[in-house]
Amino acid sequence: MTYKPAHIELRDITHAYQTEAGPLPVLDHLSIKMEEGSFTAVVGPSGCGKSTLTRLIAGLMRPDEGQVWLGGKMVTSPRPTVGMAFQNPVLLEWRTILRNVMLPLEIVGKRMSRTAQEDRARELLSLVGLEGFEDKRPSELSGGMRQRASLCRAIVHRPEVLILDEPFGALDAFTREDLWQTMARLRLEEKFTAVLITHDLRESVFLADNVVVLSGRPATSQFVLPNTLPTNRTLEDLYSQPATDMLAILRHQIQVAQGRAPADDAKATA
Amino acid sequence: MNTLRKLAAPITAIILFLLGWEWLVWVNGWPTYKMAAPSDLWPAFWKFRWLFLEYGWQTLWRTVAGLAIAIVFGVAVGMVMGFSRTVRDGLYPLLVGFNAIPKATVVPILALMFVGQHDLNTILIAFMISFFPIAVSVSIGLSTLEPEYRDILRSLGASQLTVFWKIALPKTLPEFFGALKVSVTLAFIGTNLMEIISPHGRGLGALFDSGKINSDYPLMFAVLIALALLGIVLYYIVVALEKTFAGWAERSPT
Repeated sequence: MTYKPAHIELRDITHAYQTEAGPLPVLDHLSIKMEEGSFTAVVGPSGCGKSTLTRLIAGLMRPDEGQVWLGGKMVTSPRPTVGMAFQNPVLLEWRTILRNVMLPLEIVGKRMSRTAQEDRARELLSLVGLEGFEDKRPSELSGGMRQRASLCRAIVHRPEVLILDEPFGALDAFTREDLWQTMARLRLEEKFTAVLITHDLRESVFLADNVVVLSGRPATSQFVLPNTLPTNRTLEDLYSQPATDMLAILRHQIQVAQGRAPADDAKATA
Repeated sequence: MNTLRKLAAPITAIILFLLGWEWLVWVNGWPTYKMAAPSDLWPAFWKFRWLFLEYGWQTLWRTVAGLAIAIVFGVAVGMVMGFSRTVRDGLYPLLVGFNAIPKATVVPILALMFVGQHDLNTILIAFMISFFPIAVSVSIGLSTLEPEYRDILRSLGASQLTVFWKIALPKTLPEFFGALKVSVTLAFIGTNLMEIISPHGRGLGALFDSGKINSDYPLMFAVLIALALLGIVLYYIVVALEKTFAGWAERSPT
């Protein structure tokens, strides 16, 4: 058997923020491995350092201790092979939807011709159901549509790593489910290793191959749950017995992380 | 219909205002040294029409020059303050203090400092009085930029300068134009302050002063009207620029 390095690897990361009241530890010897092309969801109690994690993977911050490795290289600074989407779609009001999606290509797609850039953006927009909205302004779109455009912008430059920081958190329940399906479709069409930060356990079960539960602050990887659902999932699968079992386990683990339930006898690890 | 309404409404308002003014003077039987009526102004305008053109032009170009310096300086200071917390904390009291000084007191100081250089003095006052709102608005616009806006480009390895050009600058434009509308009026006040106070001045302010010295009251009022007209023109030039460069910030009613 040949050893295949994980595409994203967090090695023993410890990090604290310096505040006026002294250091505030957020991550404590955190280690996570993600295979190439995998989809990992990270869940955990509020304020456990999930967003810090995204900034570390993106190279926007460096950890106090430990290392982040992307594709066999240590991350020391931001790199163009990363795409990010946030809870706030942060579209630029003065640009049309099409030009918003093309924004990353202006930084990293210099070798692409202008027409190729535009074709690429249009292709993605039609993939997420925004055909016909290319020339609209962000303010003319609904919250769900803006988030779709934001997803397109995050992957337009074909990043190796897609970082999603609660991108569906501010949407209503039905729109959110629509967006989950859009995300699943994007994953079939595009190649990337995805990290999804979320508060929604059903979301993590629907989208991810592995769900990592972080402990309370300072956070460490408390539990990893491999997804047992079929790869080609439908929303109905979320109401099947395996899904219900997984949700129950995750719910229990969150309560452990919050300190509301005792840790299990069989402390599962991956 | 819409354009007609847009034009007709302000014109009607102006006509009503002038009629009301005329009526007020007529009903009270005020002499011109108390208050000149609009009908007294036209002869004053006509008599000094060439002076009005020449001096009006002088007032205009000095105001615009002072404003231009204020924009360059204000944007530069605003940028530095917007990007660095230390600089912001350091400069704020200084700027506020400077802004609090009544500019009328600076006029004699400048006039002494650059004796006889009337153009320079006037432009300097226009600049000093008008850069503050610009600096503050740009610094607030930049410092309140949500971190995610930076992150979408920074995560791709873009430089601070790229983030500034592509995101921070355009996002600050609506605030900038809001401040510019205040500044354009302020610069105008500054120009006239110097023109009125400075001896041997030129420009509409000096014309006002000579009206005062010669007890030509209709002339004084005519200058005020001319100043108002120039102010309106400058203001709407800024509005037109705003529509061109930051029109996206105005949401169409749906």
